[in-house]
Amino acid sequence: MSVIIRTDALRFAYPAAEGVTPVVLDGVSLDIEEGSFVAVLGHNGCGKSTLAKHMNAILLPSGGTVWVDGIDTGDEDRLLDIRRTVGMVFQNPDNQIVANVVEEDVAFAPENLGVPPAEIRQRVDDALKAVGMYAYREHAPHLLSGGQKQRVAIAGVIAMRPRCIVLDEPTAMLDPIGRKDVLRTIKTLNRERKVTVVLITHHMDEAAQADRLIVMAKGSVVADGAPKAVFSRVEELRQVGLTVPQTVALLWELRQEGYDVPLDALSDEECAQALYQLLQAV
Amino acid sequence: MQPIIETKRLTHTYSAGTPFEHTALDSVDFCAYPGEYLGIIGHTGSGKSTLIQHLNALLKPTSGQVLFQDTDIWSDPKITKKTRFQVGLVFQYPEYQLFEETVYKDISFGPKNMGLDSKEIDRRVRSSAYFVGLRDDQLEKSPFELSGGQKRRVAIAGVIAMEPKVLILDEPTAGLDPEGVESILGNIREYHHAHNATIILVSHSMEEVARSVDRLVAVNDGRIPFQGTPREVFQHGDELEKMGLGVPQLTRVFHRLRTMGVDIDSSVYTLDQAKAAVLEKLKGGMG
Amino acid sequence: MALKDITLGQYFPGNSPVHRLDPRTKLICVVLYIVALFLASWFVTYAIMLAVLGISIAVSKVPLKSILRGLKPVLFIVVFTALLNLFYTPGNTVLIHFWIFTVTLEGVYRAFFMVVRIMMLISGTFLLTYTTSPILLTDGLESLMNPLKKIRVPVHELAMMMSIALRFIPTLIEETDKIMSAQRARGADFESGNLIQRAKALLPLLVPLFISAFRRADELATAMECRCYHGGEGRTRLRQLKYKTADYLTLLLFLAITVGVGVLGHFGL
Repeated sequence: MSVIIRTDALRFAYPAAEGVTPVVLDGVSLDIEEGSFVAVLGHNGCGKSTLAKHMNAILLPSGGTVWVDGIDTGDEDRLLDIRRTVGMVFQNPDNQIVANVVEEDVAFAPENLGVPPAEIRQRVDDALKAVGMYAYREHAPHLLSGGQKQRVAIAGVIAMRPRCIVLDEPTAMLDPIGRKDVLRTIKTLNRERKVTVVLITHHMDEAAQADRLIVMAKGSVVADGAPKAVFSRVEELRQVGLTVPQTVALLWELRQEGYDVPLDALSDEECAQALYQLLQAV
Repeated sequence: MQPIIETKRLTHTYSAGTPFEHTALDSVDFCAYPGEYLGIIGHTGSGKSTLIQHLNALLKPTSGQVLFQDTDIWSDPKITKKTRFQVGLVFQYPEYQLFEETVYKDISFGPKNMGLDSKEIDRRVRSSAYFVGLRDDQLEKSPFELSGGQKRRVAIAGVIAMEPKVLILDEPTAGLDPEGVESILGNIREYHHAHNATIILVSHSMEEVARSVDRLVAVNDGRIPFQGTPREVFQHGDELEKMGLGVPQLTRVFHRLRTMGVDIDSSVYTLDQAKAAVLEKLKGGMG
Repeated sequence: MALKDITLGQYFPGNSPVHRLDPRTKLICVVLYIVALFLASWFVTYAIMLAVLGISIAVSKVPLKSILRGLKPVLFIVVFTALLNLFYTPGNTVLIHFWIFTVTLEGVYRAFFMVVRIMMLISGTFLLTYTTSPILLTDGLESLMNPLKKIRVPVHELAMMMSIALRFIPTLIEETDKIMSAQRARGADFESGNLIQRAKALLPLLVPLFISAFRRADELATAMECRCYHGGEGRTRLRQLKYKTADYLTLLLFLAITVGVGVLGHFGL
């Protein structure tokens, strides 16, 4: 499979203030494969948002290199190519919606790219259908719920036809229904449209749904693998200020008591199954 | 026991007489007792925000009453004003309301408005800063230099400094990482114990309310469909799901275990309860 | 009343013939309408203008109530100008005279027409914003002002700024509401005290509001960059503005009305 985003020894530090050099990213080397669903987990200030902003040249590395589809993000002449390849969705939906009408907002990116009007129409309708907001195309965004606004923001990015979407804590400000809807939308885009998804989050249950989970702490990658494998490293995660899903936490507690239960039973069913087997064995 | 705060047939209609008219609360009877830790759960638009804004007189009932210690808070403007100080309300994302040059000054805004003398203000600022884990040297900093989590503590301290008898917090942990969530919940618990204050925690997270509160009130469509201990409320799994809330993950797991034929207490909702239930079953053997 | 109840100039989505007109047509018509209002001088011409406004509102299907509600905030200015005109218009037919005030018949007429003119002016502009989405409105303005690009007026940037400002007004109003409630919960008092005290009391509201507005602006700029915004160059639009037969007819009609009112007004009708 081809690599859509590659970071090599990526280092980033904000300009030094008062003698301290705050290093935010310290040698991050990652390959994001095209079509994959990657979650990046870490507590606030671990560098995960900074990493995200490097993935479409919003920030440029202080050291090391980032390639998007083979283009060095430092190449200013290719800036538009980079940004149309990797779309970006942010935490606060209010602050990324430009227009007063949903469909006008979704049209914003294709308009910037100089897409002919008839095709813009097509892309807008298609993008709104992809996020399930087509019925709201003529609504005013400020009257929508948080989850709906965030889906409009995602449609606004989809309308660029990007090959990859990076979402920086897209559900942090949403209620449970909004979170569920947004997550479902992201998963559908990944499965049905083969869009590569990089989901930055600190919700364990969201991270658990990805194909691959990257855990960051203090500007470095501390764990990288399938969610099941990563979450079973309970102590390490707790050391970097993260918790594990309740299911894993329970199984871990039982293991501490000396019972032989698997640690990689993440979902409700798997956990119930694991407990069932434990109880049957007695 | 006598409730410290209660509402009687409280109804609130927004934008009455316009096309945007909307009844957010419909004849709600709600109460909270002295010293209890109460949770309010409800989806966005359920009416829970409208309810809590009535409890400290920010909103006036369209009809019905709000009683604080048996007195109608709207019976006299003086009482209305006093209620604002006795019932502290921490809004969602409270860090966005900070405005002073220093943390100290910002926390003292509430106590100053209460008309306290400077010695008492100083005591309150320092003690509330302590509750939320702010260091003394941070008091002289600008609140805008602090991290997001610390800003939130400053904002919470600003309400705690009024030493309210009832402290209401609307989604105090929204957007924080697990460490931040733990420490804020810890701060709230400490205040609860130290002042024997009534705490009302509004949250979307069932796990969060499950391990904090003594009693839960569910709000949906401007009404209170059920309330009780977390154990009782989480029995309404399907209804909660329909309200867009759900139950804690471990409750779901244990329900599943029961449907698989295991005779186990399915009303657990915290990690400790779940662990205890499994261990008991293991030690007692399969029944 | 909560701040968010204010619907000043808010777009009412609809599909009436007025809604469907090209925004440029509506903009030009409003300008013509305002010119005509100033050319009107007596009952006949004002009656014609009132009829123009009345028919436009009826065709637009915007509820009259909403238009009237829009007039509320400017009531003070209207009353004030009316009083000024009432008392300070010199004339021959003195109706009432006391102390330094003199009310003449001319003054009464002048105050009356002034009130009618201002109300009709505001109603007319509101009808424009009620029936035209802000995006179309800015598109229309941008297109009408396009010739100014030649003298280096940043037309696209101005239009973009305007549409973003319009987009954020409801958001900021909501935010103002929220911050006000939060500060009132800490005992802030926005309603009492003298002018200086009141101005000081606004600080806890204005500081957070400004900080938040800057934060929003910053985040929005990043989000726009991420969506490949790079100025007006090479930009296409979802909606292409196009004059249709109805537009030409409306323009002609309004031009005729303006000329007609001008002529009649000239003769003092």
